[in-house]
Amino acid sequence: MGYLSLTDSDQEAMLAEIGVSSIDELFQDIPEALRLDRELDLEPALSEQQLVAHLEALAGRNVHTGRELSFLGAGIYDHYVPAIVDAILARGEFLTAYTPYQPEMSQGVLQAIFEYQTVICELTGMDVSNASGYDGTTVAADACYVAKHTTGRTKVVLAEALNPQVRQVVKTYAPGFGLEVVEIPHTDGITDPDDVRKAAEGAACVIFQQPNFFGCLEPAPELAAAANEAEALAVAHVDPVSLGVLEAPGRYGCAIAIGEGQGAGNYQSYGGPHYGFIATRSDFIRRMPGRIVGETTDTAGERGYVLTLQTREQHIRREKATSNITTNQTLLALAGLAHLSWLGPQGLRELGETCMSLAAHAKDRLGLPLVFPERTTFKEFAVRVGRPAEEAIRAARGHGVHPGYALKRDYSGMEDALLVCVTEKRSPADIDRLAQVLAA
Amino acid sequence: MKLIFEKSQQGRRAGTLPNYDLSPAEVPEELRRREAPRLPELAEPEIVRHFTALADRTFGVDTGFYPLGSCTMKHNPRVNERVVALPGFRDLHPLQEEDGAQGALELMWRLQEILAEVCGLHAVSLQPAAGSQGELTGLMLMRAYFADRGEGEQRKVVITADTAHGTNPASVTMAGFQLQKVETDSRGNLDLDDLRAKVNAETAGLMLTNPSTLGLFDEHIEEVAEIFHGVGALLYYDGANLNAVCGISRPGDMGFDIVHINLHKTFSQPHGGGGPGGGPVAVRDILEPFLPAPAVVRDVDEFRLDYNRPKSIGKVRGYTGPFGVFVRSYAFIRAYGPELRRMSEVAVLNANYMLGRLKGTYDLPFERLCMHEFVLSARNLKRDHGVNALDVAKRLMDYGFHPPTIYFPLIVPEALMIEPTETEPKETLDAFCDAMEKIAKEAASDPEILKEAPHRRPVRRLDEVKAAKRAIVKYGFDEHPNLRGEPSEGGAVEVQKGA
Repeated sequence: MGYLSLTDSDQEAMLAEIGVSSIDELFQDIPEALRLDRELDLEPALSEQQLVAHLEALAGRNVHTGRELSFLGAGIYDHYVPAIVDAILARGEFLTAYTPYQPEMSQGVLQAIFEYQTVICELTGMDVSNASGYDGTTVAADACYVAKHTTGRTKVVLAEALNPQVRQVVKTYAPGFGLEVVEIPHTDGITDPDDVRKAAEGAACVIFQQPNFFGCLEPAPELAAAANEAEALAVAHVDPVSLGVLEAPGRYGCAIAIGEGQGAGNYQSYGGPHYGFIATRSDFIRRMPGRIVGETTDTAGERGYVLTLQTREQHIRREKATSNITTNQTLLALAGLAHLSWLGPQGLRELGETCMSLAAHAKDRLGLPLVFPERTTFKEFAVRVGRPAEEAIRAARGHGVHPGYALKRDYSGMEDALLVCVTEKRSPADIDRLAQVLAA
Repeated sequence: MKLIFEKSQQGRRAGTLPNYDLSPAEVPEELRRREAPRLPELAEPEIVRHFTALADRTFGVDTGFYPLGSCTMKHNPRVNERVVALPGFRDLHPLQEEDGAQGALELMWRLQEILAEVCGLHAVSLQPAAGSQGELTGLMLMRAYFADRGEGEQRKVVITADTAHGTNPASVTMAGFQLQKVETDSRGNLDLDDLRAKVNAETAGLMLTNPSTLGLFDEHIEEVAEIFHGVGALLYYDGANLNAVCGISRPGDMGFDIVHINLHKTFSQPHGGGGPGGGPVAVRDILEPFLPAPAVVRDVDEFRLDYNRPKSIGKVRGYTGPFGVFVRSYAFIRAYGPELRRMSEVAVLNANYMLGRLKGTYDLPFERLCMHEFVLSARNLKRDHGVNALDVAKRLMDYGFHPPTIYFPLIVPEALMIEPTETEPKETLDAFCDAMEKIAKEAASDPEILKEAPHRRPVRRLDEVKAAKRAIVKYGFDEHPNLRGEPSEGGAVEVQKGA
């Protein structure tokens, strides 16, 4: 086993130093009846070369977005990941470090997290970001917990046009948090501010998504205002890729901004690992879950960074902590920082504009009836394919094109609705091919 | 070192995008971004140099010995990085139809089977994103199980050890249970008398790490299981220390009903500066109906996602979990096969060897053989020379080592919790022990050199009190305060660092 370093003579010398005659003796505290009296029933060890061949065979049975022209989005996106992301993440120091508990050993990763926090605050228009959360779903549950403890209220309101994965996770967390979940139906693809106004009465928070799950642009400032009227926290779930062209939630009255970071710097990777972000106004800094990095100085007066405000956290506060979170998603958040640094402000705006104009072009080019014809959309839109969407998907995949997501998987009355996603990686020629395949 | 924002020049950029020559997008006026986010503005060479400099100022397992107790900082094989980057894994969309994801589903199914065998339990869900989320999932399973039996109101209390990781009590609160703590006896086991007095019909279950955070296997675990099962309660195994017992003793055989596994500890998902992780849960058959949905199941030679789980607690994370973590851990385990036992044997051998070398120099609170980690106390140095565990930790940096976990577990004063893992050569263990011995001598001869440590890192000791007081958590651009030269507020804080 090439991952282990001890030689036979090392082992002998070490057992002698300990004063035992065998390795088995080291396990003498485990009651005899509890020791496994057989080998683990696992397949035999593979050499590195065999391992690669085995994994290549498994990977070969997946149809990835290089093998199929894909218009699948619905929360996870095939954006271009620049080469510097791979290069930076391959640095062993980042890859193999742990949470920076000892700051003098970890200034690099601490500074990277501080820079990430700054970028998230800039994107969202907020004052405080944590070091990242598990993904775009769990940060919504985190936001509900913050809202409950801030407002003392136990009802949380979710727009139905919020990603179903996010809503499902909030519902799973709700019983333990002591929360009641109320959902607001969409009206022709967007959330009606009047519905928010009614539902927000007595609520801890209202969570909506911008652009929403259907790709439509919500009247976000009005939704936030409706929540604020009822003194419920307005929480926007936003796509980082949209924030070069769409207004920052902090500028239209939101208390908290959350989102799935995957589209910034992470591959699709069958759904993870990715990172979620959560940023708030400064009022909530002491209720924030997870790690936060802060600036300080060393004994020589020089600038440095440390994990800070740790009295919120489980390892200090235990059962009174703001969250049980230990792990954040530093490496994936670092990928996000690298990608956003590569884009810069102008590149981020161009990226949003490119996706948006490609999607608008695709709407025209496909020529299919839109599910929500009145709405402005970002990089996704829903069309009616005139037959069960699964059938259209199966037929298109037969031609090497994955045309999108069947909305009936989550919404009733959407039998023939297909959610089409167009990122900057899909060219007008690709869109022509989609149009051909869907027309066939 | 400058922040990336301080290196920016307006008008510089690295990335360019394809120009498709389409009509420009029209964003409604009221939704349009007014002020651009102040993202960094650098060309590619300076971005690469910036992150290279940050990497240089970061210490990983690749850099050197990292015996952070309870974190299992083992070598991360590079072949795992190669296979996770295969396009068939990396570029696979999570909502791809099942017939286009057979390889991914098969890998997940195989990993489930392996983890069930290692834990001695019946069924596995890979969905939780981290150990702490695995814990929370486990407690949600307890809640659902008792609700299903009509005991939801009655089973209010979850018991944890006073040596538990902070995540345990925090998870208890988040899952809506009440917490009760049980004490540790003089040999480092759970105190059975205290336990018997606290376990009753209101008890939902126990959360226990075994071996414990003291690095000790609970010698009475069979009695402990009887006490809980005797009142109809469940036992939850915190898998933080599973690296000690793979192939040697299985949590299911010990009597545990629910286990979470830290793929980033035992099964070598790189820690990534704090994440990602993976926290699958394994359960006994009675709990299987409640596992998160969807489940990965096998129908003859086809693999599929089963959403039809009416008793499921629901989803705890998006999609089916952190798939890239599964690829790495699966590859890691397949490289060992049944020899996974050897991994745990060597981890325990390495720890006992270091314990044997160091127990004369530092106080040993429990005089026993350890498992994969051990806890020493620097209280002798504090008493005799006025230096504490924090000073020892900072001085270790000057010798080129990452410090161990300190001030944890809480029941040991001036705790130093050391976990070497199986991948370190004997020379490294010896060099670390030599340094620990030298530091103990320095504590007597020159205590100031410890108190002012580290001396050889890019920064000197950092002021954590000032950081918390000022709470500067982002760059403020033109309005950024200048802390340089401001007086110290109190320096580093003597609290848990690690685990």
